[in-house]
Amino acid sequence: MILNAPFLLFALVAVWATFMVVTRAVAIHALLYLVVALLALACIFDVLGAPFAAILEVIVYAGAIMVLFVFVVMMLNLGRPDRLRENTWITPRTWVGPGILAALLLAALADALAMAPPDGGPVVVIDTRQVGLALYGPYVLMVELASFLLLAGLVSAFRIGRHIRGEDAP
Amino acid sequence: MTAAPAQALLLASMLFALGLLGVLVRRNLLFMLMSIEIMLNAAALAFVAAGMRWHAADGQVMFLMILALAAAEAAVGLAILLRLHAAGRPTLDADTGNRLKG
Repeated sequence: MILNAPFLLFALVAVWATFMVVTRAVAIHALLYLVVALLALACIFDVLGAPFAAILEVIVYAGAIMVLFVFVVMMLNLGRPDRLRENTWITPRTWVGPGILAALLLAALADALAMAPPDGGPVVVIDTRQVGLALYGPYVLMVELASFLLLAGLVSAFRIGRHIRGEDAP
Repeated sequence: MTAAPAQALLLASMLFALGLLGVLVRRNLLFMLMSIEIMLNAAALAFVAAGMRWHAADGQVMFLMILALAAAEAAVGLAILLRLHAAGRPTLDADTGNRLKG
């Protein structure tokens, strides 16, 4: 098993930041840690020879989706009572059962990794051209389905978010 | 670096388990949405690692699909969250979401 130094570093950052996301009481702190985790994951994609996925991770995930979350946190205006209640919820008693369940899942997945395929030689960079050729070649139907999904998400978000302040919602 | 998929898959498993822990433990809807994003990211990492191992672009195509799914999920989920908040509920406790209407 070859341990690669940059991969190990980014993996440690990603796991640590993700753990901090799950354990924070204040929403905006968790969001900032989530941005750190996403950037570390983008670096991991780059190490794995997927630069297109890395750039999209930064632009779409750490850019667009996280900005959406930040806007919602700003609009919700979560104050001190929320923080206190979250702190009362984050007690060791509430963590035991789900922690055991998550550890069991991790053990099962790690056990299944014994059947992982053998190493495949040096990493080959798969650039944007190859991804585009695959995307608009054999996967063109999935592009159409993704556009359906995004349209459905747009329409439902517009419908749900309409008249959000007034009482005149039909 | 040689293409060793086991390390990347182990990292994906750890991130997925952490996301599952977040969904199970937290009762704040915002944190549950963030944990779901973490789990989707772990699945995307597994796809990219598999694409790296087989030198195929298909893994990154699936990453794009997961990206579209995550964007749609975040938009709808956050809209529902804002709707619940605007309906006068003081908290974002997921247990009180059964009064959603309209």
